[in-house]
Amino acid sequence: MSEVLTFKLILVFSIFGVTLLIAMYSTYLERKVAAFIQDRVGPDRAGPFGLLQPLADGVKMFMKEEIIPNVSNKFLFIVGPCVAMLTAIMAGVVIPWGGTLTINGTQYNLQIADLNIGILYIFGVVSIGVYGIMIGGWASNNKFSLLGAIRASAQMISYELAMGLSIIALIMITGTLSLQEIAAQQGGGVGSDWNMWNIVYQPIGFMIFIICAFAECNRMPFDLPETETELVGGYHTEYSSMKLGFYLFAEYINMFTSSAVMATLYFGGYNIPFINDLGLDPNVATILGTVFFFMKIGFFIFFFMWIRWTLPRFRYDQLMNLGWKILIPLAIANVAVTGLVMILMD
Amino acid sequence: MTNTGLVDYLPILLMFLLAAGFVGVTMVVTHWLGPKRKTKVKLQSFECGIESKGNARQAFPIKYFLVAILFVLFDVEVIFMYPWAVNFKEFGIPGFIEMIVFIGLLLVGFFYIIKKKALEWED
Repeated sequence: MSEVLTFKLILVFSIFGVTLLIAMYSTYLERKVAAFIQDRVGPDRAGPFGLLQPLADGVKMFMKEEIIPNVSNKFLFIVGPCVAMLTAIMAGVVIPWGGTLTINGTQYNLQIADLNIGILYIFGVVSIGVYGIMIGGWASNNKFSLLGAIRASAQMISYELAMGLSIIALIMITGTLSLQEIAAQQGGGVGSDWNMWNIVYQPIGFMIFIICAFAECNRMPFDLPETETELVGGYHTEYSSMKLGFYLFAEYINMFTSSAVMATLYFGGYNIPFINDLGLDPNVATILGTVFFFMKIGFFIFFFMWIRWTLPRFRYDQLMNLGWKILIPLAIANVAVTGLVMILMD
Repeated sequence: MTNTGLVDYLPILLMFLLAAGFVGVTMVVTHWLGPKRKTKVKLQSFECGIESKGNARQAFPIKYFLVAILFVLFDVEVIFMYPWAVNFKEFGIPGFIEMIVFIGLLLVGFFYIIKKKALEWED
């Protein structure tokens, strides 16, 4: 028992560290991708190729003066970014980062918590994330912040509906809410244990899910809560120092987590096709699988950025129409068609 | 489906403590590190450079509130569908027909709110 606990502790610390590291370097990658798309150089002064830029930014955030406006609600003003950051970190707990490692004859799962309600857990935690933005925007007592916060919460809850509906069709196929089992079901290679990735069965569900993920992360083309041109900075207009840093950081962590969820649900998680046929040592295969999983996550993070620097922003009524009048009926139709096909296949 | 005991939730608690500790320490440290040169103007709320007028906590359009209410209604229905979806294969055809009826009723309500223009954003 104590060995398991030690392993879990190591895992918790390393996942925490990796999450922060990836979020840090996502900011760097975002600027480099933006520069590449706009035919610029991007950050190149701090360290080789500007690789130390995230560190410099972090130190800057720490050293800045923190300003809490006189008219704001001081306590809630501090609570807002803390909630945003906490929920962003907590959402990644149920993601399976790899298969099983065997050390001294004991098997360890590369997952912090294997809940049988993993998907519901993620939805629950993500819903709390709305509070972080709403509390911060309201506590600022600034018109732009309030507008941004209200927009953000209306947008996030609207797209949560379509997101929840799009996953139902997937759950009908997998028959479980545990992310570990969903990932395991997509494993295997040629032969009797051949299994396809879920994207093959649920292309429309995936499309709806990824659109909703963009909206949930407040990313372009759905970044209406922070439209610079009309709302200055949206809900974080009044924020400075590390409190602003937390909001920005939370956005990148959310991006990382939703990329991981997409990779797990629809793209086979940590599974590499045909890996079982190579006859590798199980531990090596597990580690390779984890590396492959992070490559998938990296691709999705890049995709988030690619979209951001390619598409213009939606108008608010367009956003709401897309969420309610197109994605929700489409998701319901997807559930019905999936059910019908499954009944007919039996 | 595997059984999940309370012990499976222990690592989540660990993660929560770690994250909360990190957030708390960072907040305190940045409070100490940053310079403190506060002036009256700096502490005013930002309004594009002009003097801020009035309080921000005033009425906002009812549409946002309507969206929130509709979300509560529909999200409950969506959550109802999760246990059904997990057991879909065991339920077979009768379960599918029942869910089609349920979705039908849901769509009637959905059609109603669209006809009532609860989701219209242009005035």
